Amino acid sequence: MSILINKNTRVICQGFTGKQGTFHSEQAIAYGTKMVGGVTPEKGGQKHLNLPVFNTVHDAYRETKADASVIYVPAPFCKDSIIEAVDAGIKLIICITEGIPVLDMLQVKAYLANHPDVRLIGPNCPGVITPGECKIGIMPGHIHKPGKVGIVSRSGTLTYEAVHQTTELGLGQSTCVGIGGDPIAGTNFIDVLALFEKDPQTEIIVMVGEIGGTAEDEAAAYIKKHVHKPVVSYIAGVTAPEGKRMGHAGAIIAGGKGTAAEKFAVLEAAGVHTVRSPAEIGRTVAKVLESVRA
Amino acid sequence: MNLHEYQAKQLLAKYGLPISKSEVVASVDEAIHAANLLGGKRWVVKAQVHAGGRGKAGGVKLVSSKDEVAEVAKNLLGKNLVTYQTTAAGQPVHQLLIETPCDIAKELYLGAVIDRSKQRIVFMASTEGGVEIEKIAHDHPEKILTAVVDPLVGVQPYQARELAFALGLSGQQIKQFTQLLTTLGRMFGECDFSLLEINPLVITTEGNLLCLDCKLNIDDNALYRQSELRGMRDISQEDERENRARDWELNYIALEGNIGCMVNGAGLAMATMDIVKLHGGNPANFLDVGGGATKERVTEAFKIILSDKNVKAILVNIFGGIVRCDLIAEGIIGAVAEVKTNLPVVVRLEGNNAELGAQKLAASGLNIIPAQSFTDAAIKVVEAAKA
Repeated sequence: MSILINKNTRVICQGFTGKQGTFHSEQAIAYGTKMVGGVTPEKGGQKHLNLPVFNTVHDAYRETKADASVIYVPAPFCKDSIIEAVDAGIKLIICITEGIPVLDMLQVKAYLANHPDVRLIGPNCPGVITPGECKIGIMPGHIHKPGKVGIVSRSGTLTYEAVHQTTELGLGQSTCVGIGGDPIAGTNFIDVLALFEKDPQTEIIVMVGEIGGTAEDEAAAYIKKHVHKPVVSYIAGVTAPEGKRMGHAGAIIAGGKGTAAEKFAVLEAAGVHTVRSPAEIGRTVAKVLESVRA
Repeated sequence: MNLHEYQAKQLLAKYGLPISKSEVVASVDEAIHAANLLGGKRWVVKAQVHAGGRGKAGGVKLVSSKDEVAEVAKNLLGKNLVTYQTTAAGQPVHQLLIETPCDIAKELYLGAVIDRSKQRIVFMASTEGGVEIEKIAHDHPEKILTAVVDPLVGVQPYQARELAFALGLSGQQIKQFTQLLTTLGRMFGECDFSLLEINPLVITTEGNLLCLDCKLNIDDNALYRQSELRGMRDISQEDERENRARDWELNYIALEGNIGCMVNGAGLAMATMDIVKLHGGNPANFLDVGGGATKERVTEAFKIILSDKNVKAILVNIFGGIVRCDLIAEGIIGAVAEVKTNLPVVVRLEGNNAELGAQKLAASGLNIIPAQSFTDAAIKVVEAAKA
């Protein structure tokens, strides 16, 4: 088992014939992802990467019955693309694009509130991968290995770091979910924690957070109440100065709130195994697993 | 992106909101001319910088003669203003706002932010005007009134009335406040604000509402559709290196340490700073070179890092991912050769072809130290910076 996606997940790509869409769709197909087509307006009827191209997501959904759509369209058009996918009937939408105006995301989220059966992952995220089965997004497939660690993270390269470390130790991953570095995310830590808690393959959860906002605090409260599996957590940005946006739109300490120290403290109070060095995520996971078995 | 007070007020005026009469000037002569234009016997001279705390720092002066206008203008223009919100160097003052003072009966606070956990724009109002909202939140959280805006319908007049009554407004002020709040709600959306603050919002002795100071931030991700606001960017108020980095689509933030960091990915870049600190070093900067760590961008990143004279050693931490590490290694070697630095450069490459990349680095003949792991890289760069 895994969460969100598996070897049977049928995937389309919005922004299919663009540079990003083409490159990452090729990589996904090579990994074994069941890509079933793509959407680029005015290119409907063509073939791209040996798959059908459609003008609209409605057309694509009608013909392919896709379960998921991955979005690589430029930021100014993402609000439209996400809502188009929802309206067409896609239930899992993964938006990779960085730089979407925050007010666009507020509208998207308000629209999604009327579609509780649709899940949006991202934006500004690496995507989702179930190792050995399905890769949707921009992560390097080869560093993953099927296994028992569920990973959820606000950062792309830090997810790869956690993946790499758990692969090296032979633990592998059940599913890795990048929820993205924007202030307004489609899916938050809590949603993914709930899925990992229910997933029999996942034995331990790695949660990688960073400065800014209160998503980790909310996750801590949820873990304390509802998560029985061990959780290992690293928070990036102990050295980040206040009031500066550290690359990600959402990574900013505002009015003294959202510091790494504060997040570490609430996670520890909730019984989470925190890691101060980003190089020790894998070893900490191994140690916690051993102590659970003992 | 931040706006100056005068730019924010121009925007308020465009939407018909009440502000004082004022003129923006860039020289002493213009300041005197502005005082003449405005007339009256008293003027407020306000330094235009991207920072709060101007009043306490001497950047806002009430004067009652034109000689004083000239004197204050002369003292402020061309200088740097240091407030508790700026660095020790302060922010340069290139413009002043000369304003007609108003007679204040009461000061209120009005602001709006994007609340990340509610996922809504939230307006905040308080009777404790003129004070920072963080201080009100700390001392009197019960005195902050809020109105949560549904993005699908915007600010509704009843929300404004609720706040107005709770603030103790009466008579014509209720209508004025309703007009103000609904207009600000519209502006927030139309102008892609990420933060708005009118502090203080005053009630004049005549009983009218007036926006006495205004701070606006615009969402950088929305600037592509805000051509007028885009033109208001004042790069003199921003860090020069951060701007140069932005031109190359690099994300750079200067810090106070001596270990330069170059990393791909924002999260990993923060984590790299943290691990340097954990092993006893001090990061000189945050720098995310992004996904395509090409020779050109790596070279530019090195130049920006090296322009900080405190830097004693550089740590390059690249998680190769899809890009091959041997190609990244070639880029790093080319960049180090081009910038001709003698500083030690510790490089950790992980991912595809990492070993081949490390071999190339070791054989380069340059002062490049390959690291075996993330921790090893941190230890080596801290040592190198001490040597």
